[in-house]
Formats: sequence, structure tokens, C-alpha cells
Amino acid sequence: MTYKTLLATTALVALSAGGAHAQVIGFSQIGSESGWRAAETTLTRMQAEERGYDLRFSDAQQRQENQIAAIRSFIAQDVDAILLAPVVATGWDAVLQEAAEAEIPVILLDRMVDSSDDLYLTAVGSDLVHEGYVAGEWLVDTVAGEDCRVVELQGTTGSSPAIDRKNGFEQAIADHANVEIVRSQTGDFTRSGGKSVMEGFLQAEGGGADICAVYAHNDDMAVGAIQAIKEAGLNPGTDILVVSIDAVPDIFLAMAAGEANATVELTPNMAGPAFDALEAYWADGTMPPKFIQTESALYTQDDDPQGEYDRRKDLGY
Amino acid sequence: MLLTVKGLSKSFLGARALDAVDFDLAAGEVHALLGENGAGKSTLIKCLTGAYHRDAGEIALDDQPIDPRSTSQAQDLGIGTVYQEVNLLPNLTVAQNLTFGREPTRFGLVDARARTRMAREMIEGYGLDIDVNRDLSSYSVAIQQIVAIARAVSLSGKVLILDEPTASLDAREVEMLFKVVRDLRSRGLGIIFISHFLDQVFAISDRITVLRNGRKIITEKTAELDRVKLIEHMLGHALEHEVEAQMAAHADEQPVRPLAFSFRGIGRQGMIEPFDLDIHEGEVVGLAGLLGSGRTESAELLYGVRVALTGEARDANGPINIRNPRAAIAAGFGFAPEDRKTDGIVADLTIRENIVLALQASKGWMRPIPRAEQNRLADDYIRRLDIRTTGREKMIGELSGGNQQKVILARWLAMNPRFLILDEPTRGIDVGAHAEILRLIRELNAQGMSLLVISSELEELVAASDRIIVVRDRRHVAELTGADMTADTIVRAIAAPGTAKEATA
Amino acid sequence: MMVPTLKRIAPQLSTLVALIILITFIFPSFLNLSMVDGRLVGPLVDVAKRSAPVALLAIGMTLVIATKGIDLSVGAIIAICGASAAWAVSAGYGLGPALVIALSAGIACGLWNGVLVSMVGIQPFVATLILMTAGRGIAQLITEGRILTFTDPSFGWIGSGTLFGLPVPVWLWLATGVLMALLLRRTALGMLIEAVGINRRASALSGVNARVLLIAVYAASGFCAALAGLVVTADIRGADANNAGLWLELDAILAVVIGGNSLLGGRFSIAASVIGALIIQTINAGILLGGFPPEYNLVIKAALVVVILVLQSPNLVTHFAFLRGALPTRRPSEQVQQTGKPKP
Repeated sequence: MTYKTLLATTALVALSAGGAHAQVIGFSQIGSESGWRAAETTLTRMQAEERGYDLRFSDAQQRQENQIAAIRSFIAQDVDAILLAPVVATGWDAVLQEAAEAEIPVILLDRMVDSSDDLYLTAVGSDLVHEGYVAGEWLVDTVAGEDCRVVELQGTTGSSPAIDRKNGFEQAIADHANVEIVRSQTGDFTRSGGKSVMEGFLQAEGGGADICAVYAHNDDMAVGAIQAIKEAGLNPGTDILVVSIDAVPDIFLAMAAGEANATVELTPNMAGPAFDALEAYWADGTMPPKFIQTESALYTQDDDPQGEYDRRKDLGY
Repeated sequence: MLLTVKGLSKSFLGARALDAVDFDLAAGEVHALLGENGAGKSTLIKCLTGAYHRDAGEIALDDQPIDPRSTSQAQDLGIGTVYQEVNLLPNLTVAQNLTFGREPTRFGLVDARARTRMAREMIEGYGLDIDVNRDLSSYSVAIQQIVAIARAVSLSGKVLILDEPTASLDAREVEMLFKVVRDLRSRGLGIIFISHFLDQVFAISDRITVLRNGRKIITEKTAELDRVKLIEHMLGHALEHEVEAQMAAHADEQPVRPLAFSFRGIGRQGMIEPFDLDIHEGEVVGLAGLLGSGRTESAELLYGVRVALTGEARDANGPINIRNPRAAIAAGFGFAPEDRKTDGIVADLTIRENIVLALQASKGWMRPIPRAEQNRLADDYIRRLDIRTTGREKMIGELSGGNQQKVILARWLAMNPRFLILDEPTRGIDVGAHAEILRLIRELNAQGMSLLVISSELEELVAASDRIIVVRDRRHVAELTGADMTADTIVRAIAAPGTAKEATA
Repeated sequence: MMVPTLKRIAPQLSTLVALIILITFIFPSFLNLSMVDGRLVGPLVDVAKRSAPVALLAIGMTLVIATKGIDLSVGAIIAICGASAAWAVSAGYGLGPALVIALSAGIACGLWNGVLVSMVGIQPFVATLILMTAGRGIAQLITEGRILTFTDPSFGWIGSGTLFGLPVPVWLWLATGVLMALLLRRTALGMLIEAVGINRRASALSGVNARVLLIAVYAASGFCAALAGLVVTADIRGADANNAGLWLELDAILAVVIGGNSLLGGRFSIAASVIGALIIQTINAGILLGGFPPEYNLVIKAALVVVILVLQSPNLVTHFAFLRGALPTRRPSEQVQQTGKPKP
């Protein structure tokens, strides 16, 4: 039996039982290593509550064996669907096969696995290269043909967000000779890394006079860079443009104060599109595409940053 | 001559360690090399084995001038050395140790059977009945020592240097080693023998060379030397009379002295059975017994190194609670432990710092002893105890054993203790420092200080003590005073339970 | 007193100067200094300021290492103290109480380590590994897993303020270093710590209270880590439990080693360790200003550290002395040949 026919029958069973009881959904989360991850958890809970699902949450504390155990327990509880944010890419075949045999659809959140895509319904995630591209596009549009020397704060050397966000940005500025990356160093995705590297950039580039913009691979480094720029006696947001990625609450505060210019959202709301796909699937067996890309929305100072901050500040970032 | 050394000189940072020393060694001879610590024995040996490079002079082996630059070069030339601390690898088997570095191979791999055979051949004739495939560490130090000799002889084969090989051996083991040495001598090897034990030197050597302060004093046939003369050569002054005078002093009637400390029922299971001990002012109490009999354990309980589980201690003012060394020090105790290197010296601190350590600790860190005062104390004790050093800022670890011991004594003298415990104060110390420490003990108790002295050197203990307590099997079994106090009675008390009880009674 | 100290730190000082000269070749304005609004600015000032966390840690670490120990938990203590200070400030307790809370937390962490090492008898590596692992979790509990941002300007002053023309963090490590050195060398503490580090048993038999000393040393390390935590947190105006002080314990140990202090305990020099911290930060600054791609950062840093440690190694000194000793013997023979030439 293929997974698809299995799923179709499940859908029929689900339909016939439909509405009689709340859908039970198991969610195996990686952990709470970052504010973004915490926000993802909060948003998933909120989405489930809105739609009247019974969400069973399990925190794996960064360990795959905990996630596998949680999925087996979800299967034993005979849940209606499983959300999985996998901590690593490999080693999922067996447990995903078990879920398929129990006819429970699995949706991957935020990260991918190396297993065959027959073994899960769909994956929801963002496109890291695209995020970098959106940031680059914004900068190209903003400087409107004037020369712009950019310094780049990279993420942790060798990590996939650092590589992809760098690539995306470079693609966006490739055809615009006026925009040029003059210095690029790692700030390790941390606020203090961003600050100390930015201090070095400012020293190296004529006290900051030769820098037109800073592109940070995440908002935390941008917040650190903003402090460094202020301490060097310059005005971030006007003397030096600041563009970054993630859209965490603190960057909106900086935007509201006019110190940051733009951020590209890596939405923690992965559950929303996942639930949409599930509902369509439950309703009439619609198979979603194997990858659902979340929107990489651009936020600037014109997009009510104070309001965005207020909306996000309690999500657990 | 097998080995000839002419006009050998060596200096370290301006200090002359060897000054134009002549030395020779015939084949089939055991030649003893004697001298106090710091006389230049080890420098001479190190120049011969290539560990040091000489500044001037000539070395000839079989009348060919040689110039070894490393110990392995010296080995290849025919000069092998065995040290006091066996420098083999205890966790390898005897065979592996013997063949180390030249293992027989087959197809590029070590041939274990050939190695066993080779090892057996090597130790043949040494009178050892051992399994060469067992770990070296499973055999006694004496056997390890002989294995080291076998390895050295088969590697070099002409000159064998034995650097204090008997220091950690008992009498039977020494005899076993000497048999090996005599065999090697009759096989035509030249053997240089270094030891502090004069008895052994007289028993084994054919000739004796004495070094003092980096110079050669004499080379004589052993048969033509007597002990007194030899010691005079080594020290540059007479010692024997000192000890004799001291021994004579025992004949005098014992004066009645006030009680300083009394210990009642001090004991701890597994260490020593409860014992009573009275210490009078200005009294020297000796503690005799075999290693492991409970003599060091007694001292450790008295000093609070381990807490006594039973009994109590008092001084003239009432009970004192000795729960740790600091409390003991506060009560006026001092303790020079047996294992100087691990328990006594703080190797990387200077002589000055080692001397003031206990005094500073008792004053507390808030009240540092001013540097001028530290210097005065250090210089004072360096002079009074005749500590041989280039200065007070020298690391204590660089001193010879005897001088280290003097520094530790100085550490306690600076505290002016009422009761000083000395555990094996003369072990591993050259004969000169030996005499000085004995003199010091006498001086101290003349000043009213009470002492408890533990020693395996019975003659010495008898000479120094007013009273001797014999420890056997973790019990205090006998107390000897006056005329009973001789090496003979002590040995009998240690050996025969019956006589010991009589002595107590 | 002064001359031996200078002699002791001479290798570290000359290394630092050599590095500064090297960087000046790559990046000529490295030595630029100017006064802006009554404060000194320039790359060198930045180096001194950025050195603060590691220099502070190295002061405490020097003492711990002098006792033959090691303190792996200082990075985690930074996170704990930063988190507690940020929490206290944002909860409205004011700067004073926040500092007291953070410093007490640091000392408490140090006491915990000290008790494990000295009373329970756990090896320092293992004992401090416990807090290294658990500490970040504790910090996360305080910050609830996010970056705890605060706005209190007086706390921020500790990280980025200026006092008498120099950044406040520079004053902090200078003052801590000088006070600690005075405390250790004007009292008998320094010698007693060294004695315990070289031979704990012999020291205890001489009446040194090794137990209390060990606990005090770890507490001092915790205190220094708390100060570093304040600097790190104030610098970014936020407590980042995940990243604050991450791996800094290793930099601190490296600083102590570059400072020529033996990991086997004993003799120590706080000044040399602090210069070691400056050396590490100078290397970091050089890499940053040199504009190398970040993939090369660690390789360059490691290569420079290896060179520094090799140059300082006592083994090399003897080899060098041997080479020098060999040279004069060669020279006279050359002279002989030269004078010999005209003869035929």
C-alpha cells in the first residue's frame, strides 16, 4: 500500500468522524534554544487554540531520541496529525514509516529531513536565500543608484543561514555595481558579536564615514551594531542604514526610534500554513505541495514598527 | 686501565661543581665513589654518561679518548648506568623492559617468542628465578634493580655505574644485589659504586675515591682505609668522637624533668592501637620499629594529620584538642615528615619562603612577615644550620636532600615549638649533614625543646634518645631506658615478643 | 619588588609590542589616538576595552590555576550574573541592588565550586564542569529564554561609559588587577596560594589552611566572572543567556597560559595573565582590521598563539642558548682559516 492511498483512507475516516470531537495534534518541538523558537512554540499553541485543536506539546531539549520517543507516544495516542520540527536531518525513516503505517499525517516545520517525501505530508519553512535576496533588494531600491559601501555581519561561520543569507543578498546586488560589500566578518549571530565586529568595521572604515549600510544576518547582531554606531557618535538609520533578517521584537523598537531601517521576517508562524494544509487535506483529501514556503515579508519604518513590537513582544521571543 | 679520567672540570653558572678531578677504573674492579651531597659525585657520573658536557679534561675508555654527548651514546660506547629509582617501565613486562628498543622482529612485527628467549638469555647467570612475561612492577625493587643491571650490562658491557642502588633495599636484597655485582666483577666489568652506606662500601669495593667540594681528596685501596679515616676525608673533620661523646652521655643519671605533654589512649583503628605517651621538657624520645609497624602512624595521630578516634592530649594547662595540624601547631607542635619530597618541601618556593611558611601560616595571611624580617630569618638559619646554598632565594627543590631537611628543620625552629616530631630526619642524607642534624637535635633539647625522633638507624637513635619506645604490629610494645637502651635490645624487642614484654616490665 | 615583576612580564610585554607593530604594518592607523568629546578613541582603546571580560576572568583564573586547579564555569557564571543584573535592573530595583545581586551570585557560584573542590574533594576540572553545564540553564531560567533587554543608562555606563577619558571596562580590569595584586602581594596570601598549589600536603602539614584558601580562590574567580558578566551585559544592554561568555573560559585559560603561568600550579603573575588577555584581543582586533574572510579567523588566531607559546617555551630558550653557545666556537675557526690564507 502506498502512503497516498493510506492517507486517502485516513481522510475518509476522519471526514466521517468529522466535527464530533476536537482534532488532536502532536507537536514535537526541538527545544527553546532561541527566542525565535520560543515564539514558534507560542504561535503554534495560539493557532491550535484558535482552531479548536487539542495540541499535545513535547519539548525534545535538542535530542533526537526524545523526538522519536515523542512521535511514538503520539502514534500510541492515535493523534490526528503530527507536527515535527526535526533537530537533525537524518535518522527519521523508521519512525516516519511507523506514523505512515498508523495512517497519521506528519508535517515538518522549519527544517527538512533526508527521508523520502512519501513519508510526510508536507514541510513548512522559509527560504533562507530568498530572505537575503529581499534584504538586498530593499537596499538596492533605497539607495536608488547612489554608491553604497556595505559592511556585512555574517552568522556563525559555516552555518546554513549564514551561507544562504549571504548568497541571497549577493544575488540581489549582483547587477548593481553601485552597491558593494566592502567588509564581511562573523558576529556569531550574537548581539555582543555584532557590536564588537561593528566597532572594528567603524575603526577600519574611517570612523564609519565610509560606510553607507550594514547588513546583518540576524536582528540581534543588528541591535549590537546599532549600539556600536551610536557609541561612535553616528546616527544609525540615517548616517548608516541598517537592514537585517528575522523580525524579532527588539528590531521594531529600534525601527520605531529610527535607528534601524528594514528587517525581513522569518515568521515563527509555521503552524498557520501547516494547519491550513491539514484542514484542506481533511476536508477533501487535497494533497498540499511537498514544500510550503512561508512569506518573507519586508518591514520598514513605514510599517507601524511600534505596533509590530506590541504584537510580538509577548510571543516569547 | 679500562676508564681514565684526567683533569675533569665542570661549572654551572660560575659555580665550580668539578675541579680538575682525576679518576680511574680497572676492569674487574668495584670502585666506590664517596662524598657528601654536593661533593660532585653526580656531576662526575653525568659527565661520564653524557648527560652533561664537561668544560675541560679528558675521558678515555680502553685508552681511546671518548666524548659522549648523550646517555645513549655513552651506552653505545660501553658505559651503562643504573639509578636508585629504577628507570624502567613498571607497566611493561620484564621481557619488554629488557629488549626495549631492540625487539626481535619477524615480518616487521615483534616476535614475542624470540623476545622471551632473548630476555631469558639476558638474565641468565643473575640467579633470578622469575617469569619474564610478568609485569616488572610485580617484582620487588631488588629484582627490578637486577633487571635494570642486566639490561645495562647487555647494552654497554664495559663500565657499569650503580648510583645508590641499595637505598631502598633490605639487608637480604642487598646481599642478593652484591652477589650479582661480584659476578659481574669476575666477568671483567668495571663497576663504579655510589652509596651512602659505609658498611656496604667496605663490603663490596676494591678501591675508594672520595670527593669533597668538587675536588678529588683521595683514592685508596679499601683494605688500607678504616672508617674513621674515611669519614674524616669525606667531612674534612672528625665525626666519630661526636657520636661517641654523645653515647657516653647516656651513662649519666637522668635528671628529673617536668612533664610537658601527656597523651592517654591515643589510637585509631587500622592505624595503631591506643597508646599512652608522656613527653617531658627537654626530653628526646626515640620511636623504633620496622617500616609499617605503626611508628609513622603514631606520629601522625599525635600531630593531627589523621584524627585520633580515641584518647586525649593534655599539656600543663589542661586538655588540648588536636583535630588537625593547625591545632597541633597552635599547641606548640612541629612535624618534619618522613617523605621529605612529597610532605615536607614546597619545591618551587625559595629557601626563604620554605623557612617562613609555617610561621606565616600561624600568623595568618593578614599579617605578612615583612621581607626584611624574612631575609633575616632565612639568613640566620642558613648560617646556623650550615645550609649549603648560593643564597636564600634559591628554590629548595634544587638543594641536596640533607640541605632540604635542614630547611625544614629551620621552618620549625623559626616557630620555636615546644614539641618537635622528626620522622626519619636523617634518611637519604649524606654523612656530614647526618652528623649536623644529630648535633642539632642535642642542641635543641638542651634548650628545653622536647623531641620525638623516629629512625631506622638504631645506633643513631640510641645515641640521640633519652628513652626509646619500640613499635611492633601497630602496638607500642616496649619502652627502653638507661642501660637497656642499645641497638641489640631494640632488635630483640622488635623481633621477639617474649623479650619485649620483659623489657616493658 | 618592581624589577623582578618587570623581568617576569618582559616576554609577554614584548610579545604584545611585537603584535602591535605587526598589525600596524597591515593596518597603519592602528596606533591612531584622538580625543573626542573628552574621551580617548582609537583602535588601541578599543582593544583595551574589548579585553575587559577575558582580562577580568584571567585575574581569577590565574589564582585558581596557581592552586593547580582550573575553573571551567566562568563563562556560565558570566551568563548567570549578567542575567541576574539585567533582571534586577529591568524589574526596577535600581543599579546598586542589581550590582550587589550580580556580584553575590558570582561569589556564590565560586563558593559552590570551592566547596566541591576543597571539601568534597572532586577534581577541579570535573567540579567546575558541573556549573559550566548547569549554569547556562540557570541563566536561561532567569531570562526565560530570551534576550533580557534593559534601558537603564547607568547600568549601560559600566559597559560603554567613559571615566577620565578611558572606557569604564578598562578602569574595571585595571582596578581589579591592581587591587588583587596588592591584596595578594602585600599580604601573605600570594605565597600561601603558591605553596598550596605546589604542594598542598606539605603546606597543610606546615599549618596552612589549604581548605579555606582553595574555597577563597574559587570565590575570587566567581567574583571576577561576575564583574565580567556585568561588563558583557552592560555592553549590549541585554542579557543573552545563550551566548554571554560562551567559550570565554577557554580564552581566559589561554590568557593565563600566554602569561607564562604553569597549569601545574605554583608561581603566578596576575600582570602577565592580564597582558595575555590583551594579546588575545590584539590578535582578534588584527584579524578584524586586516579584513580576512571569517573562515580564516580561528586558523590565524591558533597559528599566532602557537608561535607565541613556542617562543615563550623554556625548552626553546635552552635550545637557543645552545645555538648561541655553538656560534662562538665556529667563529674562531673561521678566523683561523682567514689568517691562514695568506701564508702559502
